[in-house]
Amino acid sequence: MEKPAYVLEFEKPLRELAKDLDALHQKSMEHNLDVTPEVKALENKLEQTRRDIYSNLTPWQRVQIARHPKRPYALDYVGLICEGFQELHGDRQFNDDRALVGGTAFFNGEAVMIIAQQKGRDTKENIERNFGMPQPEGYRKALRLMKTAERFKLPVLTFIDTPGAFPGVESEARHVSEAIAVNLREMAMLKVPSIAVVVGEGGSGGALGIGVTDRVLIFENSYYSVISPEGCAAILWKDRSAAPKAAEALKLNAATLEGLGVVDEVLPEPFGGAQNDPAQAAAALKYALQKHLNDLRALDTETLLNARYDRYRKLGSYEEAGVVHS
Amino acid sequence: MVHFDKPTYTVRRTRKKEIPHGLYTKDPVTGESVFTKELEDNQMVVPKSGHHFPIGARQRIAKLVDEGTFSETDAGVRSADPLGFVDSAPYPTRIKKYEKESGLPEAVICGTGKIHGIPVSLAVMDFRFCGGTLGSAAGEKITRAIELAVADKCPCIIFSTSGGARMQEGILSLMQMAKTSAALGRLAAAGLPYISVLTHPTTGGVSASYATLGDVILAEPGALIGFAGPRVIKDTTKQTLPAGFQTSEFLLKHGLVDQIVSRLELRDRIGELLLALHVKKKAAPPTTVVNT
Repeated sequence: MEKPAYVLEFEKPLRELAKDLDALHQKSMEHNLDVTPEVKALENKLEQTRRDIYSNLTPWQRVQIARHPKRPYALDYVGLICEGFQELHGDRQFNDDRALVGGTAFFNGEAVMIIAQQKGRDTKENIERNFGMPQPEGYRKALRLMKTAERFKLPVLTFIDTPGAFPGVESEARHVSEAIAVNLREMAMLKVPSIAVVVGEGGSGGALGIGVTDRVLIFENSYYSVISPEGCAAILWKDRSAAPKAAEALKLNAATLEGLGVVDEVLPEPFGGAQNDPAQAAAALKYALQKHLNDLRALDTETLLNARYDRYRKLGSYEEAGVVHS
Repeated sequence: MVHFDKPTYTVRRTRKKEIPHGLYTKDPVTGESVFTKELEDNQMVVPKSGHHFPIGARQRIAKLVDEGTFSETDAGVRSADPLGFVDSAPYPTRIKKYEKESGLPEAVICGTGKIHGIPVSLAVMDFRFCGGTLGSAAGEKITRAIELAVADKCPCIIFSTSGGARMQEGILSLMQMAKTSAALGRLAAAGLPYISVLTHPTTGGVSASYATLGDVILAEPGALIGFAGPRVIKDTTKQTLPAGFQTSEFLLKHGLVDQIVSRLELRDRIGELLLALHVKKKAAPPTTVVNT
């Protein structure tokens, strides 16, 4: 028997309607009844409910989709849009972080360097991948590979999908903050084109640690935030269950991020989320990556670096002499 | 009949944790009471135990730079409310409260000055303003201080104290980490020194950007320095934290910090480092002529 599909809380009405529909089919077969009008009505209702739910997703519901256990992960996309991925392991200093991986690949026939935050599909894999939470070694490996890319003039494509950098004793003892900080500075200076895509969770500094790129793309149900909604709720509302409110207040969804200038393009997902049709999501990503790569390749290094500096330089909103700059 | 007035006592208010207000302040190390005035005259360092209380940005600057050389820059850069953020209070109301309480326009004060005669660009954070959090205005000011160092070809010095990024400005706060770090990339490319001084506490997004990017990283004694706070680590990983974890002393031992320097010696130590890294010359000590 097929394993039941993973259903998010807000998707439950759809599951109920689908069950009713099955029951109706079953009944018609058993009793040889013509239930065509009833089936038609129920199907219409199902479609209408589907539209109602997925066309009006709240920020918190989108966070749920971004964390969906069936959502395509970074290496799924790499497999779908690239050929010949050669994983290159280790930071050459301490360890090989399985939550942040990288290597060479060919994208539309051209060599690129892939840097990817990777979650696991099941418990065993999640333990190996540390639930997608990189440690300092992951960031240092990412930097090593970006420097390799720079030396061989390969564009860098990064895939962001992390709840955040790992908040653990080992991670702190080996200075995860320094590892992230160095990446921010070095990525800003990297002499090759770079594009980041937020494929799932863009969890704070852990995401930014591979995210200082010429272009930042984001899937429409992904989020990118300074803090997790739960963390924000715990601090400002003193209650983790206020996460939906915090998600709303943090303006962490793709469309608002584009409005703030933090992301350059929002990539469409199949209805209900990328998990429903990974190939379709990958096709949208492939098209956008090629377009942005073409634009960036046309720039000389100095123009590229100045444009990147300006891109981050102008982010923020502050008041000066009665004028709000944003 | 001799009338004795009731003596007046100053009650120590603990409105802001660890920031002394009353006539006397209790030293958490020895438990002894210290005359607050004496503490203030000693840059908030307890003379006997050496315990460092937090110090305000302006008080710090006054003792750090050569007298009369400080010139504040970008004092008019203030926080806006890009997200229209409201939790239990609207963000602009909170900002007004912090301005009033701290007497500061933002969580960082920037300017130029001289240390031992060497011109520097300076940014000094103050924990009293919204926990020293990094928002767009603070990020803008720090970035300008770094860019000013590049333009004036002088060293940059940043004193950090921060609870991290300012949540009320959402993703734009996170982007200040990228903005300031990118500016430091330009400073490094220009061959100009950056001295980062970590003070209690320096955590979150500030620790994961400019605070840990110094060519030299100094720390005041006993400061809490880390990416994730101790409570977050305990809650997330259920790990027990080693004694002294995430302190300046721990980080010196584990190779992040170059030196731990008492606040009372910071000015001279920074001056000496700037001589080595920037001036690259020092007047030779008088030669002793040995008669043979």
